[in-house]
Amino acid sequence: MITKERIEDRTIADLLQAYPFVDSFFNNNTLEIEGKESLTLSQLFDEMDEEEREDRALDPDQFSAQLLEFINQMLSFLDEDNSVQSLTILPGTDKSGNPEGFTELVVRKSEVISIVGATGSGKSRLLGDIEWVAQKDTPTSRQILINDDLPDTSWRFSSSKKLVAQLSQNMNFVMDLSAQEFVELHAESRLVESRDEVVTRIIGEANKLAGEPFTPETPITSLSGGQSRALMIADTAILSKSPIILIDEIENAGIDRKKALALLLSEEKIVLMATHDPVLALMGDRRIVIRNGGIAKVIETTEEERTILGKLEELDRTLLSYRTRLRMGESLLDD
Amino acid sequence: MNLVTVSGPPSSGKTSVILKTIDSLKNRGLKVGVAKFDCLYTDDDILYEKAGIPVKKGLSGALCPDHYFVSNVEEVTQWGIKEGFDVLISESAGLCNRCSPYIKDIKAICVIDNLSGINTPKKIGPMLKSADIVVITKGDIVSQAEREVFASRVNMVNPSAIIMNINGLTGQGSFELSTLIFDEKDSIETLVGKKLRFSMPSALCSYCLGETRIGESFQMGNVRKMNLQDKTDSKGSAK
Repeated sequence: MITKERIEDRTIADLLQAYPFVDSFFNNNTLEIEGKESLTLSQLFDEMDEEEREDRALDPDQFSAQLLEFINQMLSFLDEDNSVQSLTILPGTDKSGNPEGFTELVVRKSEVISIVGATGSGKSRLLGDIEWVAQKDTPTSRQILINDDLPDTSWRFSSSKKLVAQLSQNMNFVMDLSAQEFVELHAESRLVESRDEVVTRIIGEANKLAGEPFTPETPITSLSGGQSRALMIADTAILSKSPIILIDEIENAGIDRKKALALLLSEEKIVLMATHDPVLALMGDRRIVIRNGGIAKVIETTEEERTILGKLEELDRTLLSYRTRLRMGESLLDD
Repeated sequence: MNLVTVSGPPSSGKTSVILKTIDSLKNRGLKVGVAKFDCLYTDDDILYEKAGIPVKKGLSGALCPDHYFVSNVEEVTQWGIKEGFDVLISESAGLCNRCSPYIKDIKAICVIDNLSGINTPKKIGPMLKSADIVVITKGDIVSQAEREVFASRVNMVNPSAIIMNINGLTGQGSFELSTLIFDEKDSIETLVGKKLRFSMPSALCSYCLGETRIGESFQMGNVRKMNLQDKTDSKGSAK
């Protein structure tokens, strides 16, 4: 931990050297430091008269306090081992107050759990409980453990340490950037060191998932639905720090879903997947059935059920190949 | 009574977030009222009434909305106490992004949305930078990466705030917010003597007083001119 006094008396150059990430802090707080590197933070503020500070809504005290908080956060972010080996859900009650139909649900990394249930049955609440690492203090009274232990409260409040990343159906890109710039921006916010390497890898993986390839220079807003999903999945798998990924129904169109899941699992994520697609649901090791706001039961995927999976996948592949032929301008009747 | 001030750019989802959060507060048996501040027009009061929430609305009209807020917040607080609320939520739009109606020792929540663009946190002043809780909305329609980048930008301008993602349509996240809102020991009787967290901008020129004509000879008071010189000798020009 560093203290406030020490920060105000250090030169900008010194701060930048010790904590390279403060550069973006200055930038985002609109404090220009170019050519002023030799000044200390307090000298920098002394250079401005009161009017200028007021104009720019800068309060030196608040600024130093926030900078200090930011440095300490980033230091612990870089330092901490946030690995999540397992997530445990302990039962609470459904909307009517009945106990849930399971005793303990332990999910380990690289496992896929599907979630099934009608709209409004309580899927969001389950996700909410996990994200908020519920401690019997949510409407369901569920309790969440991480690595078999009571979780640290920083999972609740830290912005750089979120338990769940989400990939949902209606997500779009809204930024006006090329695929490469976009991933770079994300990598920058995650303080990734080997940025170029990561960017190349993500775009490469995304291209393996997408039906049609795209280049790093393609603007993200002009990607097709399938390409967008592919890029979102590859980016989340590789760059998101969150150990748990919630997928809300992967569309069948334009993306290899099996590879997508494999990619997430190879990055040691825990995958929760809300789906009513039998192919996807059967890819899960288990499935959670949600009814009336509670988990009614947990079903293990059996070998017998998986034999159906083979059949379904065959159908899926056939459909996909017709799709590809359609796209390539071929006749569907050929051979 | 607890007073909570909520502000944020227009259409960022303040009302939806407040409505969903009040649902959770009501479930805990708390009595909640809302004071809605706006500039020219609002029909959000109807939404609150529909939800059975007591509401007062104030339109600042020709006055600066944040100045209007400060001039009325004590009266509104007394109304809330008289009504016997456990929590009074004030809602106001930050219209020029410079002001902030936050009061020292009174919980301050800023609502901004993912669609406003990743450079927005940089452009918003004390309304974002001095909030205790920042609620980010509309996360369901942007990608995970954009959510993460946006949250990290918010964190950069206000590292000490708790950042929460709330879906104003489904209410996901609002229960969690509701747990941070009411605290017996934050109870207040009056705001008299309390101070704003940040001074409001000084603005008093002939246009504040109703001048409509353009030209230097009509400009009086606190008037400032843009620097239109070439970049070499200008200081602090934006990149």
